[in-house]
Amino acid sequence: MSTNSATPTGRRFVRTTTDYASGIWSGVTLLATALILVILVIIVGNVAINGFGNLSWRFVSTIPEKDFFDVKSAAVLPMIIGTTIRVLVMTVFVIPIGVITAVYLTEYARSGSVYSRVIRAAINNLAGVPSIVFGLFGVGFFINFFGKNIDVLSGASSPEFGKPTVLWASLTLAVMTLPVVIVATEEALKAIAPGLREASLAMGATKLQTIIKIVVPNALPGILTGAILAISRAAGEVAPILFTGAAYFMADLPTHLSDQFMDLGYHVFVLSTQSPDIEKTRPILYATVLVLLLLTFSLNAFAIIARARMRRAMRAGH
Amino acid sequence: MAAITLKTNSTSTPATAEQESAVPLIETKGLELFYGTSKALKGIDITIKEKLVTAFIGPSGCGKSTFLRCFNRMNDLIDSVRITGECRIGGEDIYAKDIDVIELRKRVGMVFQKSNPFPKSIYENIAYALRLHGTKEKAKLDEVVEKSLRGAALWDEVKDRLHSSALGLSGGQQQRLCIARTIAIRPEIILMDEPASALDPIATAKVEELILELKKDFTIVIVTHNMQQATRISDYTAFFYIGELVEYDLTTKIFTNPANKRTEDYVTGRFG
Repeated sequence: MSTNSATPTGRRFVRTTTDYASGIWSGVTLLATALILVILVIIVGNVAINGFGNLSWRFVSTIPEKDFFDVKSAAVLPMIIGTTIRVLVMTVFVIPIGVITAVYLTEYARSGSVYSRVIRAAINNLAGVPSIVFGLFGVGFFINFFGKNIDVLSGASSPEFGKPTVLWASLTLAVMTLPVVIVATEEALKAIAPGLREASLAMGATKLQTIIKIVVPNALPGILTGAILAISRAAGEVAPILFTGAAYFMADLPTHLSDQFMDLGYHVFVLSTQSPDIEKTRPILYATVLVLLLLTFSLNAFAIIARARMRRAMRAGH
Repeated sequence: MAAITLKTNSTSTPATAEQESAVPLIETKGLELFYGTSKALKGIDITIKEKLVTAFIGPSGCGKSTFLRCFNRMNDLIDSVRITGECRIGGEDIYAKDIDVIELRKRVGMVFQKSNPFPKSIYENIAYALRLHGTKEKAKLDEVVEKSLRGAALWDEVKDRLHSSALGLSGGQQQRLCIARTIAIRPEIILMDEPASALDPIATAKVEELILELKKDFTIVIVTHNMQQATRISDYTAFFYIGELVEYDLTTKIFTNPANKRTEDYVTGRFG
């Protein structure tokens, strides 16, 4: 065969064809990746450029008047506080429940048993439910069922929990983000070397001691990843809190879990749909969206820093 | 590096006085183990003597590790496992209904093939089980940690960094830490599942040296793929083949004058 025989110079491995397909394919992958970056830059850039000029200390530190469409008096302090509180309360509920569920699925349930398959299917389906449906679920389950019954039992004269509250909005968000936390925790638990569990059990630790002292602590960074994803998903969600806790306007800041609250995401919706003059409201809208983005980023950053510290501490052996 | 103490086993000598006088500690009769419906151990009768080293050898998949894990009931962790027959330690049936597996595992420690220190400090690796079993005082913990590390010939190498991560140790040091952690709770028996198979020859030599030292206080049952290792450290050797105990005798006998043809073929390297 001619290709196998030596060329006049004695070289046998000289390239004779050009691999266009590979070149094109790597270009396509690069373009697809660049597209994501471009979209992100456009969104964030647009909001930052238009919003930054309208941002002021007064804007983020004042409780607004009833007419919050006026550029001079518009402010978002109650919304910042409301959104922060509902995200924190949600986290407090979703992390323990999600982690315990994941521990059951990975450490206790026989893999492939009917029960664990049913739970897994439920988790996957829960993740696919549209967020407005969670909102309606929150009204039906938390407000009308739990809230009204709590009011009846406590003998409250006016509805205390049988109405939209911070608590119900947070719990609705917790139900919505549960799959995220469960899946992230499960991944973290599965990634722990089986040898660690065996070592602990072989030293006479009970299964419970092994889970509490070895398994869960080693999964903490993964659990925090779940928290980060849940916070990212929940911070900007409006639909689940629409009927379960968000208020159009409140003159005072929320002080109890049974209070309603103003919310940044919902406020963006209000500003863009309820304004008497959208052109005049636009600067406020931009500034509010910017605050929402910054708040989401800072809540995330908080969790990311916590995770980084935890990883460092684990590597250092504490 | 200290020279490795080799046992005199070049000639097929009869049992030494210590081997002769040793008392039976672990006994199984007709022990069978099933994974689902497949039988992995086919009726094993063995008597393992106290304060000696007993080696389990045999080709991969012959059931030696599975058998070892019967003694501390680690097989309980696998849902599909079913065990029949008798398994007694110190005369007590460890598969009886009223046996507390936790107490059993305190008496029967285990060192695994892959060193598996916790991602904690060296100190905490040893203190972990002590705390679980009720030791709280700092002074007592300090004392046992030092004693265990000395017992595992690791103290001098780590005494200045007890509170740094165990994951920073070399493979051999990690394995000796796992041994230290095991002896910290003073078991009677230490099960070792190929403890040196992932170590280099120098680290292996240290672990072997340690095993010979530990023999004074503990009964050791070790699974190994390394024939030289079995001859160097064990008093008795059991040869397993496809779920059966083919031959069990003094190590010197197994390696110089085995009764069974399959044992001879295996120890001379003709198969396996």
